[in-house]
Amino acid sequence: MLIRIRRPGDLKESDVTPEQHFRQRRQLLAMAAAAGIGAALPAARALVTPPSAGRRLPGLKDTDWGKDLEPTDFDDITHYNNFLELGSGKREPARNAHRLRPRPWSIRVEGECAKPGVIDIEDVLKIPQEERIYRFRCVEAWSMIVPWDGFPLARLLARFEPTSKAKYVAFETLADPEQMPGLRRPIVDWPYVEGLRIDEAMHPLAMLVTGVYGVELPAQNGAPLRLIVPWKYGFKSIKSIVAIRFTEQQPRNTWAMLQPEEYGFYANVNPNVDHPRWSQKYERRIGEGLFARKHKTLMFNGYAEEVAHLYKGMDLRRFY
Amino acid sequence: MRPDRLFRWLFKPLLFVACLLPFALLVRGALLDDLGPNPLETVTHVTGDWALRFLLITLAMTPLRRLLGQAWPLRLRRMLGLYAFFYATVHLLIWMVLDQELRWSAMWEDIAKRPYVTVGFTAWVLLVPLALTSTRAAMRRLGRRWGRLHRLVYPTAALGVLHFWWLVKADWLEPGLYGLVLASLILSRLELRSRFVRQLSGESSG
Repeated sequence: MLIRIRRPGDLKESDVTPEQHFRQRRQLLAMAAAAGIGAALPAARALVTPPSAGRRLPGLKDTDWGKDLEPTDFDDITHYNNFLELGSGKREPARNAHRLRPRPWSIRVEGECAKPGVIDIEDVLKIPQEERIYRFRCVEAWSMIVPWDGFPLARLLARFEPTSKAKYVAFETLADPEQMPGLRRPIVDWPYVEGLRIDEAMHPLAMLVTGVYGVELPAQNGAPLRLIVPWKYGFKSIKSIVAIRFTEQQPRNTWAMLQPEEYGFYANVNPNVDHPRWSQKYERRIGEGLFARKHKTLMFNGYAEEVAHLYKGMDLRRFY
Repeated sequence: MRPDRLFRWLFKPLLFVACLLPFALLVRGALLDDLGPNPLETVTHVTGDWALRFLLITLAMTPLRRLLGQAWPLRLRRMLGLYAFFYATVHLLIWMVLDQELRWSAMWEDIAKRPYVTVGFTAWVLLVPLALTSTRAAMRRLGRRWGRLHRLVYPTAALGVLHFWWLVKADWLEPGLYGLVLASLILSRLELRSRFVRQLSGESSG
């Protein structure tokens, strides 16, 4: 057990290094040094495969995104999931992960674009993949730091040549009761759907993700292909995508349909706009232990500099 | 040993220890750092679950006595009820100290503004007088009013279920089950009452 007493706001994000991560990092550094690969050290941290992980992603490029952030443990990232299709608790998705078959897999791209079509996951994996460490903030007021592997969403979308009518992009999750035991109960109107405005989708921070920590995405994290929009609450980052559609009208999204007063289309991380049932001012960082202090939630999850201009002049209280 | 002594010196102490088990396991988990990726959520949910469970178990004792025609369930009622209060209090303290980090203004804001916190807190407040008047002396002192006061346990349990219901995001199965159990307990109580009233009003005259 670790007990650390901190005042909120005392330390910078980068100062907050859980002891176990710190020790783990030391170990990895020692291992890397022993192996004589000192030159590759900055990349070595994230690109070392965690012991319990799956297949390595080949040819992964390192980036500077989130280099000052200390990633959450792989085991926490893969055993604390919201993925209703694989079960409604936080542990169920990992337990039911073996049911989901991420191969063969293809993604249908259609709607307002010049070249609609179907792309196979193997072709998606041929797009150059890179690793970015992003903050991940759930609408339930917990957060993680995740080394995601993938590529900018815009890179895939551009291939299908969206027309000027493509004002939005809609996404759809697989809905197969055979692979997804959660579908047996009508918790939501399956399939799970999400959407972005086209400028949000084309923003270089928006990512299509095929892996985490340098290995192929585990099923509970949305294998084989998921979205990551780091400045929005986690539910926008739809998992196990089977369809992408360019639309002229704002698409519907599952949570906003379910409880429109609580969840909106935009769902930008915003400490100043509370969820009707709880405050969004603070967040609990997964992996820091029972007695850790909460962190202040950052506007646009810390990506305001990059994305605030997308929402200039918008009333973020109304468009939550 | 006589059954009465067996009950008092063996069965009841064993049950006392058993009721403490969920709490002991949490303490063990906290010491070993073995409470999952979000330990605060774990301890909050576990203590809340057990507060509600003990409330419902307490409420089940009266129907159980009728069902079995034996008095022993009633002799467990106080202990079980106090355990409900114990888990509810730990639940509240966890929220105050670990979750809200003793930010008083934020806590009052939550209690005033957020319905699920309002009903949860109200449920705990209602449990306080019940716990305070759980002694034999208080029972004697209050006489008939004791029974009336302790009927508060029904709205308290209802608020507890509502508290759970309102904090769930989408899957209402679990709070729904607690609600069903509570509803059937209240119904069985009403049924017993009406049967009792019928007997008093001379059902046999027909």
